[in-house]
Amino acid sequence: MGAAWKRIAAFSLEYAIYIVLLILVVGIAIREPAFLSAGSLRNILLSSSTRVIIALGSALVLISGGVDLSAGRVVGLAAVLSASMLQIPEYARRFYPELPNLPLFVPLLIAVAAGLLIGLFNGLAVSKLRIAPFIATLGSMVIVYGLNLIYFDQEPNNSQPIGGLRPDFTALGSGSVASIPYIVIFAAVVVGLIWILFNKTILGKNMYAIGGNKDAAKVSGINVDATLIKIYAIAGALAGLAGVLEAARSGGAKSNYGEMYELDAIAACVVGGVSTTGGIGTAQGVLAGVLIFAVINYGLTFIGMNPNLQYIVKGLIIVAAVAIDVRKYWSRS
Amino acid sequence: MSAYVLEMKSISKEFPGVKALDGVDLKVRAGTVHALMGENGAGKSTLMKCLFGIYRPDAGEIFLDGKAVELASPKQALDLGVAMIHQVLHPVRDRSVMENVWLGRFPIKSFGPLRWVSDRAMLAQTELLFRELDLKIDPRARIGSLSVSKVQSIEIAKAVSYQSKIIVMDEPTSSLNSAEAERLFQVIADLTRRGVAIIYISHKMEEILRIADDVTIMRDGRLIGTWPAADLTIDRMIARMVGRDLGQRFPTKENVPGEVFMRVENLSSRLPASVKSISFDVKKGEILGIGGLVGSQRTELIETIFGLRPKASGRILIEGRELAIRSPADAIAHQMALLTEERRATGIFPMLSVLENIVIANQRRYLGKTHLLRDAGRTADARRYVTELRIKTPSIETPIKNLSGGNQQKVLLARWLLTQPVLLLLDEPTRGIDVGAKAEIYGIISQLAKQGKSIIFISSEMSELIGLSDRILVMCEGRLSGVLPAEGATEEQILRLATRFVS
Repeated sequence: MGAAWKRIAAFSLEYAIYIVLLILVVGIAIREPAFLSAGSLRNILLSSSTRVIIALGSALVLISGGVDLSAGRVVGLAAVLSASMLQIPEYARRFYPELPNLPLFVPLLIAVAAGLLIGLFNGLAVSKLRIAPFIATLGSMVIVYGLNLIYFDQEPNNSQPIGGLRPDFTALGSGSVASIPYIVIFAAVVVGLIWILFNKTILGKNMYAIGGNKDAAKVSGINVDATLIKIYAIAGALAGLAGVLEAARSGGAKSNYGEMYELDAIAACVVGGVSTTGGIGTAQGVLAGVLIFAVINYGLTFIGMNPNLQYIVKGLIIVAAVAIDVRKYWSRS
Repeated sequence: MSAYVLEMKSISKEFPGVKALDGVDLKVRAGTVHALMGENGAGKSTLMKCLFGIYRPDAGEIFLDGKAVELASPKQALDLGVAMIHQVLHPVRDRSVMENVWLGRFPIKSFGPLRWVSDRAMLAQTELLFRELDLKIDPRARIGSLSVSKVQSIEIAKAVSYQSKIIVMDEPTSSLNSAEAERLFQVIADLTRRGVAIIYISHKMEEILRIADDVTIMRDGRLIGTWPAADLTIDRMIARMVGRDLGQRFPTKENVPGEVFMRVENLSSRLPASVKSISFDVKKGEILGIGGLVGSQRTELIETIFGLRPKASGRILIEGRELAIRSPADAIAHQMALLTEERRATGIFPMLSVLENIVIANQRRYLGKTHLLRDAGRTADARRYVTELRIKTPSIETPIKNLSGGNQQKVLLARWLLTQPVLLLLDEPTRGIDVGAKAEIYGIISQLAKQGKSIIFISSEMSELIGLSDRILVMCEGRLSGVLPAEGATEEQILRLATRFVS
């Protein structure tokens, strides 16, 4: 007992998520040593890449003291929008039969911009109309789904899954350089940019301040409304980007893409140490949270655990993570 | 059987760094109105919170009807016949009058194992209670739709329904007009006739001389004494509330006020319209104190100047030039700084580090060529102020919530000094901090004035106003009631001005 023990306890609390991640990997590897392979790593990183992009957007909003429920539906909309404009000319059931071959970046920009616009709408609703974020983004979540369904149901597509995507588009999702998938590189770049946003920009500092104490932020001369609008807009754009990459990776799109992704993203944030009451969270924590879920999904299937049981494990991890995190701040207050 | 319905004996209560109550006695006779008086911070509220079971005293005993009691919670106090009418009432606004009266003890009906709240019984009981007190209020009305005075009478009715023997009223007339206050006095007379004792906290001297039987005066957490109201006059009460030796608590004056720096003309606030047409000026290198009672709208005045509250009319001129200040950001751009009264609510970012708390209002200064923040500059500035203001913290990375109140306050001062302000608005800068830190903050304020900065500071401690200021501006109910030179000013003068418009 004594000081050393206390230091170990404090250390374990501080780095609890990383320890959990390590225990998971070691535990699975003991059951099934084949788990420790380049293939596993690749699969885990692949499935994490779009998820981490969405989760970082959710983290931005959570740290500012809000929540974004529309992220999942924005993923679906962006996937459908980009896929509908990037089909090969010879494909039989084209969404736009007469559409010429557009430069790749045009549909991608349109899809990301759509996400940005929805984020802007969320930000305006939360700041200028003073609607509780939960309600504002619940509303936009439903609206975005409706818009997507209408778009998806147009003649001649009539709600058919969109396929026959151009190879230059699908390459974004399945291609790789030096055996590192492009999509993982994109995700790494986004993690890096968001880390800079969190740690090195005024916007990031203001986000923490607003989430920590909105009134004090106002007194300190921070333009709270403008900051919130930017944050929701960035979160929307990130969800849009994730939607584009999902379409590219899966080689198609349907209107129900991204369903419930917003809750997975929030769960990853929470497990990664982001406070749902605002003011606390890191980019690396969110990455760890996303990886934990990817390891659970892939690893538990790898060792042959009943998929239904996996849900229970995931749920327990969410609850346990928050219980640990709360203790972290207790012990200091 | 004791002659006193309530006896509190040598009650002491200490908060970190502050001795809030130091061996205070209070004896209250049944069926009387007992006034409790003292300056803000004298310990009246703390004493009453000990009685009502909100605070647990560190030492001392409480006797009700001669029996020693332990009051561990408001619920227990209510059950023992002690009720409290708070200065600001917090009813459950969206529920009915009767639900508010019976909250926590709804009449229950049962049938076999089923139990439910009986609205009919609740209505009947409420009607009975209101008839007894001659209250004409519909028990089914939504309480949020009623006036403050009605909500207060409902609160009193609730106290009566608990069979209370002692009802504490904390500044009950502060939000009532004179007709409503008259009605309250009748209710009080009626209650005392039934043998209920009223502990009445108020700053309004005339009111106290009129309705009180006994008066207890406190100062600095200590009992000064208890006298029959008949033996007192306003002058005697004021003298006993304030009379204290200032000593060398304040730094020697070295600042020399220069030309007028800021002039405020006919400033009125909007939403709420609490500040009424105030004009004053403050000079370069001057310390202008603002005195007044709680509710005199001093905070509202300086927050309106700072752009935190919208103004309805009036002008703010700095060195003769009119400024348009619509937000705190505008005010900061004009080199103003505001240290708010509620450190926790509007000052600190509790989870963030001392470093982040210091630099938050001054981020632009650290942008490098790449438009990213440079850590070196931020850290250096934070370190410099931690040393300069002697902020006691394990490191600049420590979350600010781990610091003591005085050190948190110094961090906030550092935040504002970093913005290079020429005008500082300080709202109760020494509230709730210990004596040592207080003296250090006095030193910083006086130093700033010596450097030629203008300082406006609000304080409820009159000794502080007199000891630190060059001039003292006194407010009463949103209006300016007078400006005094601090030299030669007495606490009596300030108190008189502070109650000038009180009806």
